[in-house]
Amino acid sequence: MTTTPLLSVRGLSKQFGRVITAEDLTFDVHQGEALGIVGPNGAGKSTLLNLIGGVIEPDSGSLMFDGQDITRLGAAERAKSGIGRSFQIPRPFTGMTVFENVYVGASFAGDTRGQAGYERSYQALETTGLLHLAEHRAGQLRLLDRKRLELARALATKPKLILLDEIAGGLTEREIPQLVETIRQLVASGVTVVWIEHIVHALVSAVDRLMCLAEGRILAIGDPSEVMKSPEVIEVYLGSTMATAEDI
Amino acid sequence: MEWANAIVQGVLLGGLYALLAAGLSLMFGVMRLVNLAHGALAIVAAYAGLVLVQKTGMPPFASIVIVVPLMAILGWVLQRTLLNTALNRQALAPILVTFGLAVIIQNLLLELFTADNQSIDVGSLASSSIQITPDIAIGVFPLITFIVGVLVIGLLQQYLARTATGRAMRATSDDREAAELMGIDNKYVYSLATAISLGLVGIAGVFLGIRTQFNPTFGDATLIFAFEAVIIGGLGSLWGTLAGGMILGIAQTVGAQAFPSSGVLLGHVVFLLVLAFRPTGLFPKVVNG
Repeated sequence: MTTTPLLSVRGLSKQFGRVITAEDLTFDVHQGEALGIVGPNGAGKSTLLNLIGGVIEPDSGSLMFDGQDITRLGAAERAKSGIGRSFQIPRPFTGMTVFENVYVGASFAGDTRGQAGYERSYQALETTGLLHLAEHRAGQLRLLDRKRLELARALATKPKLILLDEIAGGLTEREIPQLVETIRQLVASGVTVVWIEHIVHALVSAVDRLMCLAEGRILAIGDPSEVMKSPEVIEVYLGSTMATAEDI
Repeated sequence: MEWANAIVQGVLLGGLYALLAAGLSLMFGVMRLVNLAHGALAIVAAYAGLVLVQKTGMPPFASIVIVVPLMAILGWVLQRTLLNTALNRQALAPILVTFGLAVIIQNLLLELFTADNQSIDVGSLASSSIQITPDIAIGVFPLITFIVGVLVIGLLQQYLARTATGRAMRATSDDREAAELMGIDNKYVYSLATAISLGLVGIAGVFLGIRTQFNPTFGDATLIFAFEAVIIGGLGSLWGTLAGGMILGIAQTVGAQAFPSSGVLLGHVVFLLVLAFRPTGLFPKVVNG
């Protein structure tokens, strides 16, 4: 792609004590693209999402988003600039209704209040299949609906980029395709997605490019099927160069 | 009927305690911050009301219109300068900082106003009452206090339930990090919560100064009563705080009826019993409309 990237990550590094969780990470994410990120436990996937979302500050490197340097912006400001985020373990505002959870995202990060905010919130609920649960307490939702609420809340913030952190984790084999379909529709509507996932087959079926992280470094990035065939990727996953992509 | 009268007076007294405790409950609900300077700040408001009434001759209730915004500004500044920093450090920091603040305030008030007892004069209103039955009379001022207490808590609850910033407070109370990712600036929310809390302290302080004699050290007892009301009702629950205030008030007046020299003691006993057997309070609920 030759267009200006929506997100440009340059030399991003982060170290916690002696543990390096991000080491000189450099990559671009283009408008409308879905980038999947895989890697074994401790590879630095969630750290990378936290660095992009502004939950933690990098030790070095820079982040450009939509033409703006966001490296030193806080999480709230990044959310307002168009970066939405879902958590690995859903973190709904349990005392609020499902609608209120989403409306909070629309009214603050999305800066859309009143009637327009309501419409935006209901639209996000409809997209994620939660409309019928709008008035339920968020704390009472089952896991799939909590995951959907994470997505709906992020959508309501009017994001240009959505960061998904293991959103399919914990779901049943029957539930995963439903969620993947929702995310596919999201990407088709023009939203850019960066998606971390352990359930690789779910990810590969929905993303344009795949990046594999290990020990805070990029092992491979490119076409999903090519990345999954890469010997380095197979080795970090299964610890053997004799394994094949199908084993993963 | 003497006992019925004691209960009625206790309910009315509970209105004042609820008024005093509402701000404490809000700050804890939103920030998990126990403000040990709460009582001292209520006395600051009482002195502010006293000075306005004495120096300008304005009616005591009118002084609230000036005291509330002044206290709210003080709250905003305190949060921005001192409390936000304390919240970002270890868990004990806010407790130590607000305790230190209470000591400083008390000593400043002693320097400015001496240890003499004072009260805000409302003339005949202080002793006016409505005779309900031959044995039960309701003081007009305690009744006004109770109504204001209920109104304040009702309005605050509506604010939290129906406004954007109210929802931001509830969201931040639930999960500060997730709220930030929804674009909510927690420093702004905290400052707003403390400004509102101290605005409420402004109302409570003036009512306290009218109802009773006070001096710079009176903040300690005020803090204890407010704290007891919050704990009895359930931390972070506003209607619980009102109920807690009333239960405390009833315990004190009924206690005074039974043991005239140690009425307050029964209030403390009820508080300790709640703490021992139901430490989350009688009506626990995090501020969430």
